[in-house]
Amino acid sequence: MIAYLFIFLGLVLMFFGTLGIIRFPDIYTRLQTSSKCDAAGAVMLLVGLMVREGLDSLSLRILIILVFLLLTNPVASHAIARSAATRGIKPWRKKK
Amino acid sequence: MTAVTIIITVLGITASLALYRVIFGPTPWDRLIAVNLISSKVVMIMVAAAVFFERRIYLDVALVYAIIGFVSIIAISKFLESEDTDKK
Repeated sequence: MIAYLFIFLGLVLMFFGTLGIIRFPDIYTRLQTSSKCDAAGAVMLLVGLMVREGLDSLSLRILIILVFLLLTNPVASHAIARSAATRGIKPWRKKK
Repeated sequence: MTAVTIIITVLGITASLALYRVIFGPTPWDRLIAVNLISSKVVMIMVAAAVFFERRIYLDVALVYAIIGFVSIIAISKFLESEDTDKK
């Protein structure tokens, strides 16, 4: 039951992250929702799958994947934002 | 309608929605963000299939897929950062 609660929260976070990717007006705002979706949604879903599986070698491998995703997703988001800022993409402002 | 069907369906539908940003994105960085998101979702689908279908080999496939996705995102963003490439 707890496992399915975690999985449900992860799916909800994934859905709203994708909605932000489609709806937001700028690279940086899209990057923010994408990063939240990757980090929080992935952690929720993988923790839910680990709880459902129990203490096992399979759940240990899922833990390795989770640590790897937690290490690499912020680095990838930062690399994309740094590359866009270096090439002179201006942040979005509301039109007066 | 089991749990694994719901998980894989929701992740697949959201990955297809992110594909809109890959196709119609105004700049290359938008496409890169959406590709990063789709790669993360494919990893989630593989882990869910490994847990629910009792196929342990999918976990290794998911880990290798995550590594390749990370390296490709870093390489493409470094390529777009360099000044001598074209704008689009």
